[in-house]
Amino acid sequence: MSAPEAQIGIAERRSTRLPTILRGGWPWLVVLAIAILLPWLFFDWTKGRHSGFVLSLMSQMGLMIVFALSYNMQMGQAGLLSFGHAIFLGLGGYFTIHAMNAIDAGALWLPVELLPVIGGLAGVVFAIVIGYIVTKQRGTAYAMITLGVGELVSAAALMFNGFFGGEGGVTANRVLPTSIFGLGYSAGIQVYYLILAWTAIAVALMLLLTQVPIGRMANACRDNSERAQFVGYDPRLVRFYQVALSGLFAGIAGALYAINYEIVTFDAVNAVMSANALLMTFIGGVGVFWGPMVGAVLVTLLQSWVSLLSNSWLVYVGTLFIVMVIYAPGGIAGLIMAHRPFWEARRLSALILPYLRIVPPALVAVLGFVGLVELCTSATIGSHQGKALQLFHHEIDTSSPQAWVIAAALLLGGLLVTRYQSRVFATTWSTLTAETAQGATRQ
Amino acid sequence: MMWRALTLFVAIFIAAPGLTARAADTIKVAYTDPLSGPFAEVGDQNLKQMQYIIDYINARGGALGKKFELVSFDNKSQPSEALIALKTVVDQNIPIIMQCSGSNIAAALIDAVEKNNIRNPDSRVVYVNCGAVATELTNEKCSFWHFRFDANAAQKAEILVRALPEDVKKVYMLNQDYLFGQSLQRDVKTYLAKLRSDVQVVGDELIPLGKIKDFSPYVTKIKAAGAQALITGNWGPDMSLLIKAGMDAGLDITYYTLYAHLGGGPTAIGPRGGGKVFVVQPFNENISVETGNKDLEQWTSDFRKTHDFDFYAAGFRTIFEFIQAGFNKAGSTDPTKFAEALEGLKLTDMLGREVTMRRDDHQFIGEYFVGIFSKDVKYDSEKTGLGWKTVKTVEGNEIAQPTTCQMKRPSS
Amino acid sequence: MEVFLVTLLNGLVYGMLLFMLASGLTLIFSMMGVLNFAHASIYMIGAYLAYELSRHLDFWAALVIAPILCGLIGAAIEMYGLRKVHRNGHLAELLFTFGLAFIIEKAVQMIWGLVAVPYRVPSALDFSLFTIYGTTFPAYRAFMLLISALMFVAIWLLLTRTRIGLIIQAALVHPDMVGALGHNVPRVFTIVFAGGSALAGLAGVIGGNYLVTEPAMAFTMGPIVFVVVVFGGLGSLEGCFIASLIIGLVQTFAVVLDVSLADLLARLGIVVTATTPFAEILTVRLPRVGALLPFVLLVLILLFKPRGLLGTRDT
Repeated sequence: MSAPEAQIGIAERRSTRLPTILRGGWPWLVVLAIAILLPWLFFDWTKGRHSGFVLSLMSQMGLMIVFALSYNMQMGQAGLLSFGHAIFLGLGGYFTIHAMNAIDAGALWLPVELLPVIGGLAGVVFAIVIGYIVTKQRGTAYAMITLGVGELVSAAALMFNGFFGGEGGVTANRVLPTSIFGLGYSAGIQVYYLILAWTAIAVALMLLLTQVPIGRMANACRDNSERAQFVGYDPRLVRFYQVALSGLFAGIAGALYAINYEIVTFDAVNAVMSANALLMTFIGGVGVFWGPMVGAVLVTLLQSWVSLLSNSWLVYVGTLFIVMVIYAPGGIAGLIMAHRPFWEARRLSALILPYLRIVPPALVAVLGFVGLVELCTSATIGSHQGKALQLFHHEIDTSSPQAWVIAAALLLGGLLVTRYQSRVFATTWSTLTAETAQGATRQ
Repeated sequence: MMWRALTLFVAIFIAAPGLTARAADTIKVAYTDPLSGPFAEVGDQNLKQMQYIIDYINARGGALGKKFELVSFDNKSQPSEALIALKTVVDQNIPIIMQCSGSNIAAALIDAVEKNNIRNPDSRVVYVNCGAVATELTNEKCSFWHFRFDANAAQKAEILVRALPEDVKKVYMLNQDYLFGQSLQRDVKTYLAKLRSDVQVVGDELIPLGKIKDFSPYVTKIKAAGAQALITGNWGPDMSLLIKAGMDAGLDITYYTLYAHLGGGPTAIGPRGGGKVFVVQPFNENISVETGNKDLEQWTSDFRKTHDFDFYAAGFRTIFEFIQAGFNKAGSTDPTKFAEALEGLKLTDMLGREVTMRRDDHQFIGEYFVGIFSKDVKYDSEKTGLGWKTVKTVEGNEIAQPTTCQMKRPSS
Repeated sequence: MEVFLVTLLNGLVYGMLLFMLASGLTLIFSMMGVLNFAHASIYMIGAYLAYELSRHLDFWAALVIAPILCGLIGAAIEMYGLRKVHRNGHLAELLFTFGLAFIIEKAVQMIWGLVAVPYRVPSALDFSLFTIYGTTFPAYRAFMLLISALMFVAIWLLLTRTRIGLIIQAALVHPDMVGALGHNVPRVFTIVFAGGSALAGLAGVIGGNYLVTEPAMAFTMGPIVFVVVVFGGLGSLEGCFIASLIIGLVQTFAVVLDVSLADLLARLGIVVTATTPFAEILTVRLPRVGALLPFVLLVLILLFKPRGLLGTRDT
């Protein structure tokens, strides 16, 4: 090897020794900057106030990001499918809201900004207690045990009113006199920045955990439990630690929930909330650390924004799953990361044209699908709701065949063209992959 | 795939301005309930009935020279979603948010509305409660900004007790095991002790919410206890399966319920329930026939021409008449003035009785009816051939219970 | 004594109802390892189809046709959906059925409306069979018992005495070897899924008019069916049957046994008052938590015997 090449080799070796976080850290800073600035994009300059809806939505996204990432600590990193993860979120939330009431009554002194610590502690304590029992098993047995425990806890939350407050839940006031920064947290923007700060802390900690032995061993036990035992770790204990830590972060998410909504009800521990975690993690991508973050943002948008526009949002969610499960089981993050080899080989630009050829027909097919679903719903369920189907302030007559034909044509046409284009795209992709692999080996 | 999701959003974003009905110069009323998912029928049917009522009110001038417009928000039975919807309501300066189903959602709303109105005095909202019956919402948790237009659980308990015939001496209680069911249990016992000390409670049972499929062991217990009447606040399958099991086992008993008249109830009970099932209701379509009120009968029967379910929420017309009168009295759509005008308001309702929105706790005081499922009616329910026939009328002043509310009024 | 006998009868009937719901799922879950969240949705479709068919034809025609239709739907789901997803792992299959459940629920809401439909017990079966201690026992419940027992016998015979049954059992444990022997293993899986769906449809036909037929029925049926299947053990039909009966009896007897933990403690001399810590939990009476006992049983058995009662497969 000549001197420059040897030097390149050394430089590469050195850089691969740096932890990935520091080397590739700039995307995180970009995301953080966007998160800080985004609410101002929706600032209502005429009334001089923020959009409460946007702030609420983004706060929800923030705490769901923490929740989904904590779930992925079990699912993606340890290979444990859990149907009861909401227990830790809910219990963290309940303890936090009781703490808030205690601060309000003067019985406890704790800065508002440190309330998530209480949630985290509650989460981790319960995760240790419950986790010790449930981690005896793994795989489907683990999933079913968590299902059973989840059902028991949500039934208990309805039955025992002393702690859980009945179906009305427990309320508290987040405007407390113990803020370190002297903030009242009555304004949505202040709450949002508090949640953002804690989300950033939680994400950083969880990222760190994937780099240390405990996180790595969780991966190892997931992949080959028997072999991990030969290395000297007890897979059961590794699972247990991972569950306990994931409970810690779920508890923090629960505390953020309590601060954001100032009420915690049995809905925070039930199966629907656990299912949400599963959906977000899977849609975002199980195999990539930041996958669940994307999933959390997407599912929150679907649930809280699209549902305002259409009562058929569940159909879209269902279809999204099915399509993703068949064509993109690695989630959205998986799809993005599949482009990584091209990015590193600087061949990404070769895909621009193929994407331009496949995206428009896909768009058309989606429009057609949405149109058909909305027409169906409007004609059957919504017909007497006093809301006629409107597009661009234009009322659409659902009884005439016109709209139906257009929607069906869009869907069919779009699908056919997409199908043809996808074959072309696939060949381009595989050629590109082969070239990139060849190029890499040559280097 | 990411592109597909992205394009979905773009498409919906473009269509968004159109999909939410928007017209200038109307008074908007927000309404939130489950509109999707397994419990979608609750919100969906309420929405349709409310729209019919609003058309009637608008035909009579609306309020302040403007028409009312209903804006719906799906809360998917989750309090967090209802609170996000509330933020949109506040953003759009909609003066009223209505909600009918779920005391957990109601508790979240009453608290959030109170806090919002303190923290953002320029964007206040009034919460009109059309069906969440938890008693504490007009007692310990009362709020100036909350107006309840349905009898609360304690009042309904008293109505049930008042409806018991003289010859019933042994009752069995079965309720769902959460705060509502537990408080109903307690309140029924209190009012039995007060008004019908001759009645013995031979059993009281709490069942986990929505989990029981087979009620036959409970029926066995009811029979063994020798009960003559069953009092239950159950709703949904917990109610219909219980009654079905009782009828299957040939139980010689009458059923006093709170929710047998809601969508799906009469269908589930079926013709076998004739003469056995009673329900507490604010209105039923046969009352206008019984009282000879032709206009009202015409109005309610016209609903059936365009809808395939009962007009069981026709009583909501009183709510909207209050809203109409409240805005007219306040002279503006300012929520604070509206709330001040609404409390203490007295109106004559569509049945000719004087009804009040009580000032002390913002609880509606009005008449209630107890109906029996019977063949002997003009308007049947859900095409079963049987409908609700009034057997008892309980006047508003009979159930004007005292309150522990210490209401804090805004100083402005 | 009277209460004991009546409760025993009720418990057995409820257990058989559970078995009817769970039999299809145990086939699918055991054989293919697919946590089929759409099972309850197919049960719902069976009920609705039976309602339509009994409106235009009669109940007996519905009893035969609706399960066949559900079987065909199941076959279509397996061939065009699950087969593609299979290579992506069990989690992907689970989520596929999850997404399917949402879509089916919405489709049912659109076709039949949001409210319950009047699907009733046929008049031929709507009488009381006998009276025991003053409580009538409807003939329809006896019919349900009969069908449930027939289901068990038929599936058992099919699996153990027919050639296709033996192939299915073999494919369950060693699919590659069975394929190497020349059997069409993917088709076997399709048959099993279709069979499981047909059973779910049959349960819907029988149960839909006994319970309530509404769009929420899939959601409200809840996880109890999974509990029964896992408790009984994967890969074992007998285990599922026994598990259904055990859970049915436990849940039913819990309703009539009016005891609480506080009573137990009182026997040991410890008195629980309102101020004792955890008093709220200790004074809970057994009837209140009867419906939660299956979950407790599930957790216990998975901790100590993760294969379930008679399971042959490792979960």
